[in-house]
Amino acid sequence: MRKFVTVIAFMVVAIGLFAGYSNFGIPQIEPAPPPIEEKIDLGSMTMDQYVALGERLFNGKGTCKLCHNSLGRAPALDAISTNAQERLDDPRYEGEATNTEEYLIESLVSPSAFVVAGFGKKGTNDTESPMPDASSGSISFSQAELTAVIAYLQDNAGLEITVEIPSDLEPVIEDDEDEDAEPREAFTEIRDIVENFDCEACHTITEEAGDAGPKLSTIGAKRDRDYLRRALLNPNADIAEGFEEDLMPDDLGQQIYASELEILLDYLTALK
Amino acid sequence: MIIIDKIAGIYSLKSNRNKLVPWVVIVLLALVLLANDAHQNTIEAAQQVAEAIEDQAAAARTHVPAPKLTAADYPTVAGVNGRLVVWVVAQLHLWFAAFVLAVPIFVFIIEAIGMRTRDKRYDDMAYEFIKVSITAYSLTAILGGLLLFSLILFYPHLFTYLSTIFSETMLYYALLFFAESAVLYLYYYGWNWLQGGFRKWVHLTLGLMLNAVGTTLMLLANAWLTFMMSPAGVDPAGVFSGDSWAAIHNFLWNPINIHRFVANIAYGGSIVGAYAAFKFLTARNQQEKAHYDWMGYNANFIAICALLPLPFAGYYLAAEIYAYSQQMGITLMGGIFAWLFIIQAVLIGTLFLSANYYLWCGMGRSDGAKRYTKYIKYIAIVLVGSFLVWFTPHTLVLTNSELKSLGGPHHSILGPLGIMPAKNTAVNIMIIFTFLSFLFYRRSNKIATVSWEKTGNICQVALFSSGIANILFLGIYHGYFTNTVYKVAASIPQVVTTLVVIVGSLVLDSFIYRKSRDVGPLHWGRIPERAQYALFLLAVAFTWLMGLMGYIRSGIRQHWHVVDIMRDASAQAFTPTLGYAANVVSVAALLFLAMVIFVFWIAQVSSSKTLPAGYWKE
Ligand code: HEC
Ligand code: HEC
Ligand code: HEM
Repeated sequence: MRKFVTVIAFMVVAIGLFAGYSNFGIPQIEPAPPPIEEKIDLGSMTMDQYVALGERLFNGKGTCKLCHNSLGRAPALDAISTNAQERLDDPRYEGEATNTEEYLIESLVSPSAFVVAGFGKKGTNDTESPMPDASSGSISFSQAELTAVIAYLQDNAGLEITVEIPSDLEPVIEDDEDEDAEPREAFTEIRDIVENFDCEACHTITEEAGDAGPKLSTIGAKRDRDYLRRALLNPNADIAEGFEEDLMPDDLGQQIYASELEILLDYLTALK
Repeated sequence: MIIIDKIAGIYSLKSNRNKLVPWVVIVLLALVLLANDAHQNTIEAAQQVAEAIEDQAAAARTHVPAPKLTAADYPTVAGVNGRLVVWVVAQLHLWFAAFVLAVPIFVFIIEAIGMRTRDKRYDDMAYEFIKVSITAYSLTAILGGLLLFSLILFYPHLFTYLSTIFSETMLYYALLFFAESAVLYLYYYGWNWLQGGFRKWVHLTLGLMLNAVGTTLMLLANAWLTFMMSPAGVDPAGVFSGDSWAAIHNFLWNPINIHRFVANIAYGGSIVGAYAAFKFLTARNQQEKAHYDWMGYNANFIAICALLPLPFAGYYLAAEIYAYSQQMGITLMGGIFAWLFIIQAVLIGTLFLSANYYLWCGMGRSDGAKRYTKYIKYIAIVLVGSFLVWFTPHTLVLTNSELKSLGGPHHSILGPLGIMPAKNTAVNIMIIFTFLSFLFYRRSNKIATVSWEKTGNICQVALFSSGIANILFLGIYHGYFTNTVYKVAASIPQVVTTLVVIVGSLVLDSFIYRKSRDVGPLHWGRIPERAQYALFLLAVAFTWLMGLMGYIRSGIRQHWHVVDIMRDASAQAFTPTLGYAANVVSVAALLFLAMVIFVFWIAQVSSSKTLPAGYWKE
């Protein structure tokens, strides 16, 4: 019986060591949650926001960064401004694109149309690209998403953005937890904005209102535009004297449209 | 069948088994004959079902696409985490199944060796091996049933979708399972009955059939899981073309088949080894000790033989995953799972070290081993060194924040592929030195009588040194002077070198030791107790490793049930962290351990008797 217990103890300890090593011997990396479907109102998006969407898609859902990174698994995309023309001039080029935008789209939806030398699938002599078609399969970009990524790629390479934001409302898949966001019209009146985001629940602006946050009636005299932008989008970056952190909502950036943000900032800086 | 197993098990494991076995066999045979009839009916019924399905399909003409699910499509049952249940049950089923399928493979070989050498000890050992596995057989079946239930319960839509594609194979699976049971019981209970001359051949044929059926079973199950990784025979929406073979023979089917087949043998060997080790520790006399020492040695030998080719099968599997989808390959080797391969390295290092350690301890059985013991410390140093190289995470991202700074946690970009040549080199060196341990062990009790012994040894040294030099050269050259992103293929010349060294040196040694003398009789049983713990460690490490690799195999599908075709929309679609996975695997491994102990205990109980005085009327 003693032998039996020793053997069992030995095995349990071994399992414990393996588990311990896996928990404490290596860093715990939290894998990203699966992407969630969300409706975004493309109609009220700024081009900056659209480019930012493209960047998020590039890093997240598109898994582009898996290959297009500094490790040389795929061509660097920030040099695409010069590279695209080179590809189009390449005698091997048999695709249908005639300019950079078309080349980018073609690269995404039919990667094998032209394979950059040295990057083809092994054994195919650069006739087949290892890159997946971004419009189907595991990536399955919608038209709007595809265009957003193109906008990002152009912006990222210092090119002029030639694509337009599609106006039809398509669902866009993003890595974002916010599920209930129905598309809404952008506000253009400052009163509507202040009301909608409920600033006066905590702040006094023109007339006596909430006092959980500092008075904003003369805020434009004290703070400049950059500070205010930061105060709205990242409230805990600096805390107004005499107030607690974590009180001012920090998700305004995800809810306010860029156009509304600018109107709000115009307004606040003018409060002197 | 399960009940029969229990009853028969209780009777057959006793000392008076000789009288009972024929009786059991007769009953079993009668049952099998009856079952055969039923079998016939089942086949007919099955054919009818198949025809009905065919008709239906013909009527509808098309199959349905994979359903698009929402979280509401996954039933919650009593607040239980469905994924966890399926995970643990599947893992337990796999452990038992791997064991139960692997043992007959080497039992068949050992039986054949026994028939050839006419050494009864082999036959007895083969019988004892199969006896260990048969007690686990009914548990395999129970766990399989449980797995089926939990899949239907927690993942009804996935199960329905898969069963529309695999309806035929699932049917054959069920039938094969019955066939497997029948042949296994016949093979086991008929062991003592089918002895001598023609009967022995009949018995061996049964063993062959058993393996054919068992392996086919595994191949079918592998088809289901590889379909989920690399679907074939369906269009992008998941509509099945009707070509079952295409779905079975999908891209990753064979790579997984090979890796599993070999890994299962090693695993089976290690479990039987642990059994023998325990029997050795609790042996009551010298004779028993000697017997279980011999059994443990053979089990370890089987495990090592299957262990040596495993790294290659593993890299082949990884290369095929990469070839199937570069995205999946990078997720496997370069994403968050990169750290898993560090854990894997620790486990495999443990396997190699304990297997070697056991061999070294075993040299004490021979009086001639002294000639070689002085080299062992060098082997140990090389093994530990190679292990450390394998284990070193050169280009891994170190912390969470570093990972984020490189572009977010989603599929980050690590580059362990870049150091694959170094790791390959280490693995090959480890294998060669493990083989060297084995060579010393083989030689330890022999004295060569050929006149050219010295020359022969010089040749051996030359063979080993040039092989090792070549492996090092290839590793350094490919690792640091070439510039390909994907370097796994560069390992092929290294593998070939390793194989040449192993085969060449085996051939050479067999000539050197032709007509050799023995130093003296081998003292079976003369081995320290701590060596037995190496066998336990081998079994535990194998079990745990299997669980871990099961996690990565499903993990690289990420949030897909069937990659690119059917999305996992459940609340549990996320990939858990390594620590969490390790904890699940550990708990499952403890459960497995408890079940194994229970199984052995039952076998023990059946052989103990209480004779209550005056209880029964005279
Ligand atoms: C599995 C790895 C992989 C993934 C994921 C991937 N790519 Fe690629 N990509 C490549 C490779 C390799 C090439 C070069 C071969 C070729 O021309 O197709 C390439 C080429 C390109 C090109 C043309 C570059 C040039 O210099 O001509 C663009 C543009 C591009 N990818 C964009 C993307 C975007 C956007 C995504 C994400 C939606 C993406 N890629 C995802 C591997 C990948
Ligand atoms: C839940 C209460 C709450 C709401 C709602 C709220 N804030 Fe605030 N706000 C605070 C608090 C508390 C502070 C001070 C702590 C800090 O600086 O983060 C603050 C700070 C600020 C500041 C920086 C003041 C300074 O002097 O540093 C500005 C500007 C501001 N809020 C504007 C707004 C606007 C515009 C809205 C409506 C869109 C709004 N807040 C909504 C609680 C709130
Ligand atoms: C000595 C080296 C190795 C050992 C001992 C080993 C052992 C094992 C075992 C026991 C399993 C479980 C088999 C089963 O479920 O039936 C397994 C599965 C797996 N191994 Fe290995 N392996 C080795 C090398 C590798 C390598 C080098 C790789 C890849 C780089 C690899 C990748 C995998 C994968 C992806 C699985 C899951 C496949 C499945 O579920 O069957 N292995 N391995």
